[in-house]
Amino acid sequence: MTVLEEAFASPAGSYLTIFMMVVVTYFCRASGVVFMSRLRIRPWIERALRALPGSIVVATILPIAAQSGPAAFAGIAAAMATMAATRLEIAAIAVGLACVAAMRALGF
Amino acid sequence: MTASSPRAPFTLAGAVTGARLALPLLPGIIVFATAFGAAASQKGLDVWQTMALSAFVFAGAAQMVALEIWRDSWTVASAVGVTMLTMTINARMILMGAAIQPWMAGTPKTASAVTLFLLTDASWLVGMRHRAGGGNDVAVLTGSGVTLWVTWVAATLPGYLAGAFVENPEAFGLDLVMPVFFAAMLAPLWRGVGPAVPWAVAGIVALAVQQLFEGYIFIIVGALAGAATGALRRDRS
Repeated sequence: MTVLEEAFASPAGSYLTIFMMVVVTYFCRASGVVFMSRLRIRPWIERALRALPGSIVVATILPIAAQSGPAAFAGIAAAMATMAATRLEIAAIAVGLACVAAMRALGF
Repeated sequence: MTASSPRAPFTLAGAVTGARLALPLLPGIIVFATAFGAAASQKGLDVWQTMALSAFVFAGAAQMVALEIWRDSWTVASAVGVTMLTMTINARMILMGAAIQPWMAGTPKTASAVTLFLLTDASWLVGMRHRAGGGNDVAVLTGSGVTLWVTWVAATLPGYLAGAFVENPEAFGLDLVMPVFFAAMLAPLWRGVGPAVPWAVAGIVALAVQQLFEGYIFIIVGALAGAATGALRRDRS
């Protein structure tokens, strides 16, 4: 085991990981302002970055739902429908989780 | 640096305006932070790790997704995996920064560094709206950022404690807080069928990758496939 592997395997490993997340997140926050005075974002990069948030959401929730079964699909659909109708996050989460709980209580 | 273009002001009054403009966004932030705290306790993080994520990463979507691949014992490879995932999710901030660059040019270095640490989708939106309405004070971004940060960190804790108290989380669907919350986030992002085509590609690719490979690499591959589809599409928005 190298020193680096030992450090990550130690109890401090979680904090080393959090530190790495902090560094790349700050890089993302600052780079647009720091580098854009010299570079410019090309249209295709802008289109790619615009498509990214929704793509992340779908690429995350679809496989997790596929793994968890029908209750997860029902909860996700209910949350989306509630959000579209009310625009209230708390209502969307409440309805989504209630739907999951109900489906599971029914044995799905 | 004295820029040739007039420097945008950075004042306390601007910060107070920013804080005030952020108020309508707080209910949503509180719900999101509470959901994150509850999900973190479900995934077995301790309270310090959870609070450190909220205080220093301060990026809800990245924090939520990181929980899905969180582990008790780390390797260099798994830490790099979470870091790459974080970078993918937060890459949108590069675009946000580029949009405010002309505005922030000439702002003192320390003020810029702090303001950028606090930059989130919500404070960016507050700033852009303020500027579109004729405002010019950069501290509007800082004031809204501070307000959102304090709220985000403060609301994480009760969520964590509530999540830790639930005996049978599956019965309440609490193991699915993250996907349910993410699904709700999709509705405000909706701009019609055309801009959603990359999302569909992202979903299909993610499902395929999930079948073929272990772990959560499907999120990165799926998201990048969606971004690539977006890059190739000719239509605007």
